[in-house]
Amino acid sequence: MCVGIPGKVTAINGRMATVEVGGAQREIAIDLLDGIRIGDYIIAHAGFAIHKVDEEEALKTLEIIRELTCEIDKYDGAL
Amino acid sequence: MKHVDEYRDSEIASGLLDKINKASGRSLKFMEVCGSHTVAIFKSGIRDLLPGNISLVSGPGCPVCVTAVEDIDRAVEIAKIPEVILATFGDMMRVPGSRTSLQKARAEGADIRIVYSPFDALKFAQANPARKVVFFAAGFETTSPAVAATLGRAVEERLGNFIIFSVHKTIPGAMRALLDTPALKIDGFLCPGHVSTIIGTTPYSFIAEEYGKPAVVSGFEPVDILQSTLMMINQIEEDRPAVEIQYKRAVSLDGNPKAREVVDRFFETSDSNWRGIAVIPGSGLKLRAEYSVYDAEKVFDITIDVPKDTKGCACGEVLQGIKTPPECRLFAKTCTPENPVGACMVSYEGSCAAYFKYGRR
Repeated sequence: MCVGIPGKVTAINGRMATVEVGGAQREIAIDLLDGIRIGDYIIAHAGFAIHKVDEEEALKTLEIIRELTCEIDKYDGAL
Repeated sequence: MKHVDEYRDSEIASGLLDKINKASGRSLKFMEVCGSHTVAIFKSGIRDLLPGNISLVSGPGCPVCVTAVEDIDRAVEIAKIPEVILATFGDMMRVPGSRTSLQKARAEGADIRIVYSPFDALKFAQANPARKVVFFAAGFETTSPAVAATLGRAVEERLGNFIIFSVHKTIPGAMRALLDTPALKIDGFLCPGHVSTIIGTTPYSFIAEEYGKPAVVSGFEPVDILQSTLMMINQIEEDRPAVEIQYKRAVSLDGNPKAREVVDRFFETSDSNWRGIAVIPGSGLKLRAEYSVYDAEKVFDITIDVPKDTKGCACGEVLQGIKTPPECRLFAKTCTPENPVGACMVSYEGSCAAYFKYGRR
């Protein structure tokens, strides 16, 4: 039930934002988040935006994982 | 969504599995607290892919499953009041109370409506000034801010017919109760992703500091869950228990302070009855006294008969990770998703429903 749905903000009107989720447009309340801009990715839950997705962090995590798995490849290769 | 494919990449996942295979020779049992993690783990088949010494057990993180029988009974009684429209999330409809469910009460004439957001309930209140709209508010820290913000708008608009029946619960207290359960030996927690979006990591500190166990806030994709598992194993192997965030793209150390402020404005902590588990001190949220005109438990005089738990249902033990669903004698026999006996079979995110749908192991 705590599923958060990520979507892209396409319009902002007062305390409501239009968010594109998997091709569909949804009206999401933005009372719980400051500084949302058009183009941001947000996580919505129960009709409210609860977090702005940090793209840099998403990429960083992937990089760490890639490095980890790369290490394994190298290690296995040495055997 | 950007980057989601990478977090589902099978090559990255098998690299992580390789690493997990080599990371530890000990037998370790980790609990995924969150129902959405349970579903993600089953969908991706992670339980079957992990080496034999690493096991994942499901915890109490499905708000539908942990709603007390007597709270369902109370919601049914409220819904029966002729002037009331009761609004709630769809999952709550089929949860069995002592004698009936909201779904059955609706079939018998009560005006009960399913909503996607508490905001929809507010719209019913605006459109039906002669009726009292009661939002039956279940959910953890992810959900309570949405309910609080909706109440904020009702207060602003001086909407007198929007009422909350709060059975909100908070997760860290339940985790402490699990750590104190002698029958359950947990080596670490996969902490809920979106609850942590709101609360950050401080509320989990006690897990590492007082109990010396790892706690890793995880995302919901297979690669997230595998990396989080590896992080917990590494903490144990290196003897450095800590709270770590794997799901950094959605969780920061401090969470969402604005959301917590809105919750604090309207709610205060209370003891809460977790279905099949116990009353856990300080693990619930009730409306503050100054907002009692919005509080269903103050507005209505609700009396219920002595609640009855379902005989033979092992939901309580399943929710604490003490039993797996197939160890319940009702599982897949008298209790199925079409005809659920216990709440864990009702919700899509319940452990029993997940075992039934994705595997019986």
